[in-house]
Parts: sequence; structure tokens; C-alpha cells
Amino acid sequence: MAPHDLRRPFKRAAISDQQRRRELSLQRQAQHRRDAQHQARCLASFLNPHSEPEPETTSETEPEPSDSPKELDIRHASKLKGAEARKWFARQLMLPEWMIDVPDQLPQDWYVFARPAGKRCFVVSSNGTTMSRLRNGSMLHHFPSALPSGARTKDSSGSAQSYSILDCIFHESDQTYYVIDMVCWREYSLYDCTAEFRFFWLSSKLVETGACDLPSQYHRYRFSLVPVYNCDQAGLSAAYTGAVPYVKDGLFFYNKYDLFFYSVDKTGNTPLALVWKDENCSQYVIDRIAKDRFQANNSRLFIYSLDRVVLELQDNGNLSTSDDPPVVFGCVDRAFIEQTESRSGNLLQFAISDGGLNFVDGSLRRLIYIISEIPI
Amino acid sequence: MITAIIILGRTTATHTHTATLHWRLCLLPTLSARVSDSPLLSSFFFVSLIGFLITRSLARSPSQLANSIQMAMEVTQVLLNAQAVDGTVRKQAEENLKQFQEQNLPSFLFSLAGELSNDDKPVESRKLAGLILKNALDAKEQHRKLELVQRWLSLDPSVKTQIKACLLKTLSSPALDARSTASQVIAKVAGIELPHKQWPELIGSLLSNIHQLPGNTRQATLETLGYICEEVSPDAVEQDHVNKILTAVVQGMNSSESNNDVRLAATRALYNALGFAQANFSNDMERDYIMRVVCEATLSPELRIRQAAFECLVAISSTYYEKLAPYIHDIFNITAKAVKEDDEPVALQAIEFWSSICDEEIDILEEYGGDFTGDSDVPCFYFVKQALPVLVPMLLETLLKQDEDQDQDEGAWNIAMAGGTCLGLVARTVGDDVVPLVMPFIEENITKPDWRQREAATYAFGSILEGPSPDKLIPLVNIALNFMLTALMNDPNNHVKDTTAWTLGRMFEFLHGSALETPIITQANIQQIINVLLQSMKDVPNVAEKACGALYFLAQGYEDAGSSSSPLTPFFQEIVQALLTVTHREDAGESRLRTAAYETLNEVVRCSTDETASMVLQLIPVIMMELHQTLEAQKLSSDEREKQNELQGLLCGCLQVIIQKLGSSEQSRYVFMQYADQMMALFLRVFASRSATAHEEAMLAIGALAYATGADFVKYMPEFYRYLEMGLQNFEDYQVCAITVGVVGDICRALEDKILPYCDGIMTQLLKDLSSNQLHRSVKPPIFSCFGDIALAIGENFEKYLIYAMPMLQSAAELSAHISGADDDMLEYTNSLRNGILEAYSGIFQGFKGSSKTQLLMPFAPHVLQFLDSLYMEKDMDDAVSKTAIGVLGDLADTLGSNAGSLIQQSVSSKDFLSECLSSDDHLIRESAEWAKLAISRAISF
Repeated sequence: MAPHDLRRPFKRAAISDQQRRRELSLQRQAQHRRDAQHQARCLASFLNPHSEPEPETTSETEPEPSDSPKELDIRHASKLKGAEARKWFARQLMLPEWMIDVPDQLPQDWYVFARPAGKRCFVVSSNGTTMSRLRNGSMLHHFPSALPSGARTKDSSGSAQSYSILDCIFHESDQTYYVIDMVCWREYSLYDCTAEFRFFWLSSKLVETGACDLPSQYHRYRFSLVPVYNCDQAGLSAAYTGAVPYVKDGLFFYNKYDLFFYSVDKTGNTPLALVWKDENCSQYVIDRIAKDRFQANNSRLFIYSLDRVVLELQDNGNLSTSDDPPVVFGCVDRAFIEQTESRSGNLLQFAISDGGLNFVDGSLRRLIYIISEIPI
Repeated sequence: MITAIIILGRTTATHTHTATLHWRLCLLPTLSARVSDSPLLSSFFFVSLIGFLITRSLARSPSQLANSIQMAMEVTQVLLNAQAVDGTVRKQAEENLKQFQEQNLPSFLFSLAGELSNDDKPVESRKLAGLILKNALDAKEQHRKLELVQRWLSLDPSVKTQIKACLLKTLSSPALDARSTASQVIAKVAGIELPHKQWPELIGSLLSNIHQLPGNTRQATLETLGYICEEVSPDAVEQDHVNKILTAVVQGMNSSESNNDVRLAATRALYNALGFAQANFSNDMERDYIMRVVCEATLSPELRIRQAAFECLVAISSTYYEKLAPYIHDIFNITAKAVKEDDEPVALQAIEFWSSICDEEIDILEEYGGDFTGDSDVPCFYFVKQALPVLVPMLLETLLKQDEDQDQDEGAWNIAMAGGTCLGLVARTVGDDVVPLVMPFIEENITKPDWRQREAATYAFGSILEGPSPDKLIPLVNIALNFMLTALMNDPNNHVKDTTAWTLGRMFEFLHGSALETPIITQANIQQIINVLLQSMKDVPNVAEKACGALYFLAQGYEDAGSSSSPLTPFFQEIVQALLTVTHREDAGESRLRTAAYETLNEVVRCSTDETASMVLQLIPVIMMELHQTLEAQKLSSDEREKQNELQGLLCGCLQVIIQKLGSSEQSRYVFMQYADQMMALFLRVFASRSATAHEEAMLAIGALAYATGADFVKYMPEFYRYLEMGLQNFEDYQVCAITVGVVGDICRALEDKILPYCDGIMTQLLKDLSSNQLHRSVKPPIFSCFGDIALAIGENFEKYLIYAMPMLQSAAELSAHISGADDDMLEYTNSLRNGILEAYSGIFQGFKGSSKTQLLMPFAPHVLQFLDSLYMEKDMDDAVSKTAIGVLGDLADTLGSNAGSLIQQSVSSKDFLSECLSSDDHLIRESAEWAKLAISRAISF
């Protein structure tokens, strides 16, 4: 029996880089497995379990983007800066439709809440900082927050790389971000989750971060949840007349089974987010048009009040909605186009009178105003 | 269980066309041996093997028998010939031995035992006879070992009795070599027989040797007892025997024993017997006695006895830490004396005692965070803290005893190295308290003309950088940093420079990074630091290697820079260039310099930001060209080829890091994809080499590439598939197999249902892997997880694999559910197995979600729920398992919906387990639980 070797590693790091590569790979794989699992869990089978896939009449020339690039997109977006970031966030507009009739199943399938008045924005926390961006992509605030990875504090739970994206309204008078939806939480994309799941997640996650606490050195703005109700009579009444700590600007309706962003584009005639305004619940019943460049490329028929409509000018002079497929409402002649220096793709605003379409203020004019400044 | 066997048997016949016997035999012992001792399964395996052996022995013909008998008579000559200088003679003899063994095993083994025990025979033939006998009982390779055990157990009992009698007789031989060989063979036989309650008289007859006989028999007997304790697990020996063994051993160690060989054998035997002494160490009197004898033996005039006695103390320090308090003061005095005065082998053991105590206390303090409650298994006695004022000066003293060239010698280990290592452990154990005790030594010596003093001072500083608080260290580091940078450039001694560069690396490793409030690296000094390190990378290889290491940690500190600007950006190009230059140095093969340079390059890439993405991109063609060149090299000697393979591994590793870095950002991903085809072609060529490391690295790189490429990866599959299969078949280099399994997961997520055409092959291979008992057990949990990946990718197409995968999962689940009495390793393994099984279930349920075939999963639901319930009842799962398990509950509810509603409501998991998880401290567990709650509420309400 020989003596036992007792040499210990000398001037060596605890693990070799090879071991590190192995472990990082395993971590990456575990992360991706979690992502895949998470995505599978959120794809709501219970939304419409018996529905057939949409019949494909045309050949698949352009397949739907698969979910994983989408997933990547969000991860990527959280890191974007400057012009890139503006572009990305501007594309993510989720604009509600005006509620012009009562959806079926309103009490069962819908949520309602009183929308706070203020600027609609995305709040992104990552890498020890937090940024809010308006819907045209421009930055509103850059600040430390108690959101995950939202400030450079030592004890932030989770990795510094983790990021979260919230859909908020910034309410000036009390300097509070009212969170109305959650896009992504600690790198968990909620893209494919139903509104029901997102609200559930939001309410269970936000408070525990301390983001709803009063401002402090590492937490400049307070975040707050808005009370969300089922659309039964009690819920509607609470949202419509109930006291809230913020100035109300209409009622916001969410379909419980709506998947974030998607439904708006894919199924044009079943809008899953709606807005209602009247004098009782909003100070902005009438559309206020701000002066700025209009950037959104997927506006649809917007009836801001009962008497206005925005239509897109087509090559052939047709005026159509931005629905998919577009609905043609009428047409204008070449002289009009030249006179107004309009080009194909321009958005034009019209007033609607009993007799049909008329020009706003007595004349048809090109619309160059930005929608993000219109409080919805 | 039986169902599993039958189904698997059918699997082989219809699916894989490989040997059915092998497969059927293999699944069960694998699972049973790994997970629990199931007598039913083991006996199934054994019976088959025995049957096989009987058939074999009936096949012998009379002439072969005659041959065997003749062989037995000539055995001495053959054994001597087998050691002949002449190769032809040797070969012939080996062939004869092989024939003899094949023709008549019992007679062969008996002849060997007879040869070994015969004092008239030459010692060379006796030794070899014993060695062959030993190799006929044991093998390194697990599979072979099991075969040999079975073979011995099935031998004719009368032959075995005769062989064992020969072995015991040999212990009294005057020939030391014969005795020593016999000791080892006896231990091997005991290792097989004692656990089967055979050879009950062995210990008794050995102990009867102890008293009346001459020294050499006592020596051999004690040595045998030592080997037996090494070979046999404590529970195979009854306590009465344990007591007697310990008594005999400790008596042999006593200072009254005048024969040094006997005392040495006894001391070494105690080392192995310590694991048996649990009961005796709990008894104050017995423990006092053992400790006294061990401590006395450390004072023996014979060096080997002192060394062996200190080895015992080291072993006691880790096995019986909690019993040491009454003795620690005496032990300190003994060790201090040895460190100061004794020969190096003894002094090294004495230092190791304190290193081992540090290990124990670090473990205890880490586990409980210094927060002791009545629940803590082992309290911390703070031995190191108490000994600190004397321990630290003792260790500092050793630092001055360096060897001239220890930095160039890979295998060097001396008292200065041991002392420095121990000092580092002491710093980790006690933290701040060590600093004031070490600083005067550093200040005293760091500027002395004698290099030994400067080096010792520098080493002392480097040693204490891990453990004490940043508040304590940063002011010191701020002063020392500049001094170190100057020393690294200007000190005339390589040894000092080596340690200086290492110390800088330690500063950056532990005191530089975003978590620290005051940075030691600032805008003002970063330029100088980098200049010095890059300059130092041109120094002799061992110094350059440490400089690379320092740069590694410097880069790591900026890991969190994320997408914002990194202070390294202005130097990025220069650093990369310098590292590439190092890899091309003529002498980069020395002191692992080339490896260090590539590792640092990897870390620099990992920690880079978007600002330097274009420069990282430019690295790709450079590294690809290097890899290409290694593949083109022709007519290499085996030595050169080995170096090429190593280099290929490093280059693949580097590409993997780059792929992972650039693939994670949408912008850079598109640009770097232009190289994907070329990279893939190179990786595939690397598989032509025979090096496991190169394969592993290439496989990892391909996994990263698959993730970055997404569905387009399908174009590589026709060519890549065979290497994937090859990797899954690589049992020997199980790391390669494990990594390949992970890559299958990557490919599943990249290709989704496009992987379907390859699934038959992959699933077959994975099922074979699971059934193999040659494959290292650590690969099996990831294989189960991989089932989940596949199911999630191909959805309801997984249907055809259900009949194979589900029974496997079920039997593995059953075996892993209850493992009472397992040790920590076993529990850890079992938990990883459980996690794999649960991930498989999760993937399968989610894969079938929304399909019309969900009802196919209904029959498995009761079992899955039962598995979850039993995991919950056992209370020994870790957090990872809890999280996966509660998620599976949600997945089951989500996919099966109201069909499983009542089943779910009946399960304990859906109530107690779920509510426990909902209030867990771990946010990942809570998240999964919240998901499960939602899914269950739907399943029940519909």
C-alpha cells in the first residue's frame, strides 16, 4: 500500500475553460428547453381547442414567422438602442379598436378597466436600467427602477442579463406608470399567452419586486396596477364609475383569450382590444390631433368619434381601410391627388356626415399627424 | 417491470436488428445497479449468465481436457516464459496461458493459486501467478467486472475452497512478494464473497494469525486486513468482526510493536479501516485509544510509519471532523513540529491535515451560512480560527522553501506549494481575520534582494485574496497593484514574475466586477494594466501563461457590460491580436500556454459587447483557417497528431464561443451565418480524427450552430446524421455521448417537426443507450430529457415511440421514487434522474397538446400522478425536481383537460404539493406552481 497522492491544484483556476464551455452549453440548452416548454405551456389550447386551422387556398409562399424568431426578437429588442430601438418599438403598436357594438360573450370573455390618462409606452428593464418608450419608439424616461434588472443594485435577483417589458401608461400628475399589460417578464416572453394569463402573471409578479413601492434612490417612479374587472354588470359599473387614483380616459376592454399583438393583425374583423369613451369616463371624447409625423404602417379604420374616419390612399385612387383585406370606401380623382400632393399610401382623414364622406373642415387634406399623441 | 422486459425484447426484434440478448440483459441491471438494489432484477441477470456459462463448459472435449492437465504441470515454466526478454517466447507463453484459461478455468485458477503458495517455486512465477489470479477476479471496466464476479461465484465450491486455502497459506511465506500478492488476491475474493455472505470464516482465520506467529505473517495478515477494508463496504462486515479487526490493527500500530514492518502494515491498514470505525469513534474510550495510538505513531523513528500515521490523521479529519475537538490542540503541536522539522513527505501530510480541516469548515460554513440551528448535522468548531495565530506563521514559514524550478515542472509538489495552498484555504475559512496576520510578512519580504523572500511575500498576498471582504482587501490592492505591475515588468526572477502575474489574476478574479462598489481598475490605470499584461505575454511560457490568466479575469469582470459600452472596447483589437500571436509562439506547447491563450480569447469574446461585434466576426475566418490547416496536415507522428487534435479541440471551442456570442444577437446572427456552411464542413471533418476531446468540442460547436441556424439546419442533417449517431454510440468517451444527447435537443428545437425523418434512428440509439450498462450513468438523465425535446418537436408523431419510451420511463420512475438510505451522491444522481424523467413527461404531454390523439396518454396519467405523489411523500427531492414535477402536473392537466379532472383531484400533488410549491421561496418553483394551478383549475372547471 503506497502513500496516497495529496497534490492539490496549484495556481490554477477552480474550473478549466473547457469545463466552463461545457457548463455554459448545458445552461444554454436548459434555458432553451425552458423557453420551449414555457412557450408550449402558453400556447392556449383551451382558447379554441376544436377550431380547424385556416384553410390555405394559396400555396405557402410566405410561411408565418415561426415563434422562435419572435421570441428572439423580444430578447433582442430589450437590448436595442437609439434609432434601432425606436424602429422596433414603433412596429409593436397594439392599438385598440373603438367599441362600436357589444361583442358576443362580453360578460364571459372580456375584461374591462378604466384607462389612465397619459402617455402609452413600453417600459423595458434590463442590464441595471429601465427605459420607457412611446409608441413611436422615442424615449420617454431613462431611470432606475425596482423592476427585475431595472437598477444597478447588488442584490437584484436573477441575472443582470434578464429583462422585462411592460405595457404602461405614464400618468403625469402623480408621476406613476400604470401597468396595463405585460409583454415579457424576466425573459419569459408572454407573447403567446392569453390576456387572462398575462393579467394573472402581472398581478402576481409586479408587487413582489417592490416596483409598486414609493420612489427611492434606486426606484425613481412608482408603478401601479389598474383594477381589472370581468365584464359583468358589476365589473362594468365599477370600471365606469368607480373611484381610481388617476384621471380616467375611457374604458379599455381586453378579450381574455387574446394573444398579445397577434390577434390584431391576423384576424382583422375580430379585434380583441377595444376602447370606449364618453363624457363620463374621459376628458378626451373628441379626437385631438397632434402635429408630428405619422409612422404607424398598419392603421385601420379608426372612428375617433362618430364623425371621423382615416383611410389609406391606394395607387388607383381608391380610399380603403387598413384592414386585411382592405375595404374600399370610395375613390378620389387625379386632380384632387395633385392638388393635395397626396401620394399612394398616405392616410387621409375624413369626416362622416349623414350623407356619407365629406372633407374635414370643408376640405380634404393629407393627414400628417401622429396617432401616438391621440389618447386612446 | 416484466412488461418492460417483454416490450423491449420486441423492440429489438422489430426495430433495431441487433443482438436481442444483450439488450434484454442490459436494461435491468443498469437501472437496478444504478438506482437501487433490486434482488429480483439482479437474479434475473445472474441466472441468464450462469446458464450461459454452463453451456460453455459442457462444450469441452476430452482432448482439450488432457491438454489442460498437461498445462497445469508446466505452469511454472510458462509463467517464467511470459516474462522472458525474447518476444517470441513471451508471446507463445501468453498464448498458452490464454488457451489454458479458456479450456479449463477451474483448473487454471487452481494451478495459479498452487504456484503462488509453493515456496519451492521461483518468486517471479509466483508473483505473476498471483497477478493473473487477481485480474481474473476484477477489472476496471464495470461491465467486465460484473462478468468476472459472476464467473467466480459460479465456480465449483470445492475448487474455490482449495484456492482460498492456498492463498491463506501464502501469507506465511518467507517471500515478501508472494505474501503481498496473496494479500491483494484475498481481498479481491473477499470483495466478491463477503457481500454474498460467503467465506464467513475468513476474518476469524486471519485474526488467528495475529498473535502467535512470526513477524512476516503478522505483517502480511495486517496488510490483508487493510486491503479487505479497502475492497469491501462496511455493511458487508458484522460489527463484531469490525471490532476485532480494529483491535488487531490498533495493537499492531502500538509503540510496543518492535517490528517496523508490522507497525507500518498496521498503520496503513488503519487508514483503510477508518470507514469501518463509525461505532468505535462514537465511543469515547475507544476513540481516545485509537487517537492516542495514531498520534504516537506520528512520532515513530521510522519515516514511513510517521507518514502513514499522518495520513490516518488526514483521513480522520474529514471522516470524523465532529469528534476532533478534544484532540485538536495536541494535533496542532504534532503537525507544527512535523512541518518545521520533519522530512518533506511527512511535513506535506501534516500541512494536508490543516488543508483538510479547512475543506471541512468551508463546507459547513457554506452549507449553513454561519447560521447554526439545532438542525445542523455537523456544527462548525472553528478549529482554524482558533489555531490562526500559530497556524498562519507556520504556513508563512513554508513559503520560503520553494524549489528553484517548480513553475516549469507540471508535477511539482513541495512544502512551499502545500503551505501556500493551505494559506489560501485558511483565508477562505476565516476571512478578514487572516489579513493582519499576513500583511507584516508581506511588507517585510516583498522588497528583499533574495528572490525567495519576494516570491513568498507575493504568494502570500495572492493567497489571501479570496475569503476576506472586499472592504478589507481593496485598499490593500489599490496600493499593491502598481507595485505588482512594475514587478511583472522588471523583476529579474521568473519565479517572482510567475507568482506576480498569478496574483494580479487573483485580484481581478475576486475584486473586479460589477458587483463591487469601488473598482480597482479605472479609466486611469486600465491602459497601463493591459500594456503590462500584453507585454508579459511575450515573457517565458510559464509567466506568459499566468498573464493570459490575469487577462481572462480582467475580461470576466466586464461580463455584465451587456449592450452598453465596455472599457475593454478600445483595446479589443490589440488584445485579440496579442493572444493570436501567443498561440503561434514556437514554445506555446510549454506550460499550457497555447491553451491559456485560447481560453482567454474565449473569455474576451464572451464578455465583448455589440460595439466589437464586427471584430469578433472578423475572427471567424481567422480561426476557420487555423482549423483548416490542422485538418490538412499530413503524415504526422502520433505525438504530432495528438497535438493537432488538441489544437482542433481548442479551435472548435473558440468557434463555439463565437457562434454562441454572435448567434444570440439578431443583428450579428445574419452576418455570421454566411460562414455557417464552411464552419459546418470543417466540424464534420474534425470527426474523422480519433480524439474524444476534439469530437466533444466539435459537437458542442454544432449544437450552438444549430440553435443559431434554426430550421435551416435541416440542410446539414443528411451529412451530419451519421456523426450524431456515432456520438450517441460512444459509450467509452461518455462525455461525447452526453454532449451529443444535448445536441439532439438543440436540433429538435431548431428543426421542430423537420427532425421527424431522423427520429427513428435517434430514438433507437437513445433507447439502446438507456439499456446499456456500459454507458456511464450520468448520461441517462439527459437522455430522458431528450425524449421530452423530441416529443415537443414532433408533437403527436411521437405516438409510435410511446410503447418504448413510456415503459422505460415508468420503470425508471418506480426505481427512482424510493431510495431510502442512499448517500449524498446517490441522492444527487437520483434527483437528476427524476428531473430527466419529469422533463420527458412534460415534453410528451405538451407535444400532444391540442392533437386529436391526447387520449393515447390517458392510460399513463395514473402512473405519472402516482409518481408525483410518491416524490412528494419521499420529501427528498431538490428544488429543480420540485419545479419540474409541479410543472408536469400542470402539463398533464393542460393536455388531458377534464378527462383527467377526477384523477387529478384525487392526487395529493394537486393539493398539498401544489400549495407547498405556491408558497415556495424559489421563484421558479412558484412560477411553475402558478402555471399548474391555472391549468388544473381549467381542467376541473370544464
